[in-house]
Amino acid sequence: MTSATTVAPTASSPAVTARRGESPRRRGRGGERVVQWLFIAPAVVYIALFFGYPIVQNTLMSFQDYTTKTFFTGEAPWVGFANYATVIGSSLFSTTLINTGLFTVGSIIGQFVVGIALALFFRKKFPLNGVLRSLLLVPWLLPLIASSAVWKWMLDQDSGVINQSLQVLHLTAKGVPWLNDPNVALIAVIMVNIWLGIPFNVTILYSGLQDIPQELYEAGSLDGATGWKSFRYITWPNLRPVVSVVLVLGVVYTLKVLDIILGLTGGGPANSTETLATNAYHLSFVDFTFGAGAAVSNILIIISLLFSFIYLRVNRRAVDE
Amino acid sequence: MKTSRIRQIPNTVLGIVFLAIMLFPVYWMINTSLQSNGGAVNSTFFPYNPSFAGYAQALHDQSGNLLTSLIVSLGSVVLSLIIAAPAAYALAKFKLRWISIVLIALLIAQMIPGIVIANALYTAYNNLGLLNNIPGLILADASTSIPFAILILRAFMGSIPPSLIEAARVDGASHFRAFVSIVIPISRNSIITAGLFGFLFTWSDFIFALTLTTGGSVTPVTLGIYTYISSSVQNWAPVMATAVLSSIPAIVLLIVAQKYIAAGALGGAVK
Repeated sequence: MTSATTVAPTASSPAVTARRGESPRRRGRGGERVVQWLFIAPAVVYIALFFGYPIVQNTLMSFQDYTTKTFFTGEAPWVGFANYATVIGSSLFSTTLINTGLFTVGSIIGQFVVGIALALFFRKKFPLNGVLRSLLLVPWLLPLIASSAVWKWMLDQDSGVINQSLQVLHLTAKGVPWLNDPNVALIAVIMVNIWLGIPFNVTILYSGLQDIPQELYEAGSLDGATGWKSFRYITWPNLRPVVSVVLVLGVVYTLKVLDIILGLTGGGPANSTETLATNAYHLSFVDFTFGAGAAVSNILIIISLLFSFIYLRVNRRAVDE
Repeated sequence: MKTSRIRQIPNTVLGIVFLAIMLFPVYWMINTSLQSNGGAVNSTFFPYNPSFAGYAQALHDQSGNLLTSLIVSLGSVVLSLIIAAPAAYALAKFKLRWISIVLIALLIAQMIPGIVIANALYTAYNNLGLLNNIPGLILADASTSIPFAILILRAFMGSIPPSLIEAARVDGASHFRAFVSIVIPISRNSIITAGLFGFLFTWSDFIFALTLTTGGSVTPVTLGIYTYISSSVQNWAPVMATAVLSSIPAIVLLIVAQKYIAAGALGGAVK
């Protein structure tokens, strides 16, 4: 992983010379096992409390009429599938589902296409290559909400730099209502999300490209595989496992996105950028209908887990190869 | 030699153009933060007369929030390293049954949408009195860094030569002793990487800040920015100044730990 340069301390380190009377091996296999589990116990407890419990609790809440009243009375009557029926039956559901699909697919395609193009570009040797590549990571490291803020300002209809530039170039007379028009807002949000995802895609795809043995290209060029042909017959087949990982992770991360949409549009205008994630947030933390929010969260979880399992399978195959 | 170097120059130029496009929003953030009239139509492409009024306003509004973010982030780093480091060591070196189940649980945990956790935690926190509470935020924020730290540290600790640890064990050191005085010093770099990323994750957290604080008594800076931009903004200079201030840890990370970043991105994803 992080280079093997740190194998410095050897037999002279203090712990090695510190002798103890009894050997821990004498404690027997049972005690040994308990000690070993103690190392991992805090993590297991934490995961149970902060991942296991929320999943269980969320599932339970989705079958209850859980509202602010519950906090005072402690009562959350069981309602069966009523929350799901309400949520799925509402006219908003198909909108959020379509938005989530468009947002995810649009973001992934954009990030991946630009990502692989830049990764291939950075394979070339040229001065400043390394510096440029690490500076490219900046958008990925900034707090998402800070990025949302600057994009909201840049996309401002009247004084934003994007519309001002378009007007100077006479490409638009009045300025595009990026975040105010229901027909444009989703496209604007997807654009911002593509911008955010490019560094991650470049980094992973670039390191995948680096792992392809140079000899393959040398052998290929003898057989006349250069340019597009070498990409088609050497790069792409060898990069496939990494590509699958990038795409699946991209989907899972994009489904979770909340910061950008809340920061840029808050799900509006007219719900044109409302996704499953923002809808779950609005139901729980704006309308305080936690039961309904939990139902949408669960639908989101099921979709995410579906892709997680695809990821695990793909990943395992990638590791096996 | 010289000619090939010269022939590479167009690629460098092209690379700089790509980068300029990608980093334009960052430039615009800094530019606006230094404009005296951030938001007026006549703001310029370069802050010819830089004004620090935006920063003055930002510090006036947000310095408490920046401090809150700092405390929460440091707390969350410490908590996640204390929990993750021993677990990573155990997962890397001990032959325990169920290890593959723990690993799969960690991978899946990284993919659970934060809103799901927030939804359930809100009700639990409400009962436990952990809403609007710094320890409550630290605990919740560690949920993004702990699985990541375990996976990254495990990848590194797996590469520690077993002979080093066995030598200490033969000399009578306990597992705990061997861990503290051999494994941790050797793993210093990867622990720093996990810590820096954990800091950044928590510093950037928005979902838990938004959902688990209600009263305004505990407000991380991400929530401060959100409060700025969720109403119509008249003057963008203080907003952008706050965005710049909130980006400092990311920039520091990029300068201090540049070589670990790619490793971090990959460790969280592929391993």
